[in-house]
Amino acid sequence: MTVTQTDFRAGLMDAARPVPPGLSDAHGAGAGKRFDVYRNNVAVSLTEALEQAFPTIHALVGDEFFKAMAGVYLRQSPPASPILSQYGATFPRFLSGFQPVAHLGYLPDVARLEQAMRESFHAGDAAPADPAALQDLPPDRLMSARLILAPATRLVRSPWPIHSVWMATNRDGPAPTPGAQEVLITRPEFDPLPTLLPAGGADFIEALATHSFGAALATAQRGTPDFDLTTTLGALVAGRAIARITEG
Amino acid sequence: MFDTNQAKTNALPDGVGVGYKPQHFADLIHNAGAVKWLEIHAENYMGEGGRPLAQLRHLAERFPISVHGVGLSIGGEGPLDADHLARLRRLVDWLDPAVFSEHLAWSTHDGAFLNDLLPLPYTQATLTRVADHIDQLQEGIGRQMLLENPSSYLTFEESTIEEPEFLRQIAARTGCGLLLDVNNVFVSATNLGYDPRRYIDAYPLDLVQEIHLGGHDEDEDDHGRPLLIDSHGRDVADPVWALYDDTIAAAGPRPTLIEWDTDVPDWPTLEAEAARAAARLEKVPA
Amino acid sequence: MTNHVKTFAVASAVAAAVTAHALPAAAQANEKCYGVSLAGQNGCAAGPGTTCAGTSTLDYQGNAWMLVPAGTCADIELPAMADGSARMGSLEALERDLPKS
Repeated sequence: MTVTQTDFRAGLMDAARPVPPGLSDAHGAGAGKRFDVYRNNVAVSLTEALEQAFPTIHALVGDEFFKAMAGVYLRQSPPASPILSQYGATFPRFLSGFQPVAHLGYLPDVARLEQAMRESFHAGDAAPADPAALQDLPPDRLMSARLILAPATRLVRSPWPIHSVWMATNRDGPAPTPGAQEVLITRPEFDPLPTLLPAGGADFIEALATHSFGAALATAQRGTPDFDLTTTLGALVAGRAIARITEG
Repeated sequence: MFDTNQAKTNALPDGVGVGYKPQHFADLIHNAGAVKWLEIHAENYMGEGGRPLAQLRHLAERFPISVHGVGLSIGGEGPLDADHLARLRRLVDWLDPAVFSEHLAWSTHDGAFLNDLLPLPYTQATLTRVADHIDQLQEGIGRQMLLENPSSYLTFEESTIEEPEFLRQIAARTGCGLLLDVNNVFVSATNLGYDPRRYIDAYPLDLVQEIHLGGHDEDEDDHGRPLLIDSHGRDVADPVWALYDDTIAAAGPRPTLIEWDTDVPDWPTLEAEAARAAARLEKVPA
Repeated sequence: MTNHVKTFAVASAVAAAVTAHALPAAAQANEKCYGVSLAGQNGCAAGPGTTCAGTSTLDYQGNAWMLVPAGTCADIELPAMADGSARMGSLEALERDLPKS
């Protein structure tokens, strides 16, 4: 009796299904519990990958709940690629629709923050530009210059205080209070650094991707008249996120 | 068939390596002890940059590196993942490792990667498919690969070929070399009720370019028979050391890897395990 | 604000940002490498034990799911509507998850 990989996989992901006939324990009986070794390997290893990718979510919901929830996710969304460090990109969206965490409205966006940090961790390297070059440019040339950001730079905006939740969970930060937050992720060396941006900061940094410094500043100031350029630019400089400054 | 005349010559030393874990980076730089080479899992070094690649760049300056693929699904019923093959090529081109190895197993089906080394029936159909995939891989990465024997927990009723013979025929068809995991032989032999020494006697030892050793866990099947699990989470078991001694006595010294992937110990513990293997290896005449 | 004043404000903001975060000399290349990896690692080992996670899955069908989150979320008081937008839909979803009569 032939066991196809379709049969094998179906039995692997659904423990309620019988072990595929045609598999043997080599002692004259069916595979039985021996098949569970593979069931276990798949579930345990993918659950661990999710735990390592989303440590803040793991801490927030607790180990038992996380493992059970991961069991649901991994069966409906097994990895599409053999690179485990990328597994879980759709986990934030899954959390948005998972009823048992519906009362934790901030959870999907905290997961987006963790996903962005993971992307930052594996992103390409870029030596930072000397920020003094910004100071040295005459004002009119600064306004028309482009700031090219390092590949490890990410932005996450949320109606929830996701930076505070992350800090409370990972850095003993104070209890979060309600409010929207925008987070810049930079990678000054090898470890991603989440920085809380002032109002308009995300508008400014997002606009830098396609506009000049001056146009990005105007964009930020349209939405936030008292936009704090010093703090926003300081976060980029401290995070070594400005890879190049180009003109013309 | 891969032309072994084109194969690279910067082989691994006939000493002991360990599976690289990032927590051991500093120890390896300052205090490698008995460890003469390192093995990495290819899929952990497929990002664009950052610490993993930076560490690897430093280590590759000091140690010969073996790249061990754990995700290509060579035994898959479907075609090889062309994107993944391209990523392997990119890594191998960049790193220029001493050897590249993969598993006699499957892990991807219908676009889903199941992250386990899943078993294959040993039939002519499987043999043809695996040989075709190995041809494609060796063409794709431009070098010879080593194929590793799996840990088995069950068998397929449809199997018609013994595992050592299956591996011999694959190697003959494709020109690939072999990676002999001695712990896997012991685990499979115990689980499936055969003599591990008979397996070693039947196995084409002349094709072995690397040996793996690792720890296993002990469990029981539904009928109370021992069921060993290839956990790589503890030290190498005594009967596996004995089987290793017999293997290198017959094959001669071979580059030997200590695999410790779960409950990873501190560096002195891992280095001591490597030293145990090195002491055994040194007793064998070249 | 005149253009001149505006330009001056920008220049001093840039100067403040740059001087506050002057780049320290790069650490030794090796030392920068120390540290462990974020995110899942591929491996080729089997999971410990044979009977736990692979076979004891909880069915998620809304009504069969008994677990509640029990981590540090208990310390975080952010009501479901704390983002300011009323979250309709929860009731609807609950109903959808009930078994069909």
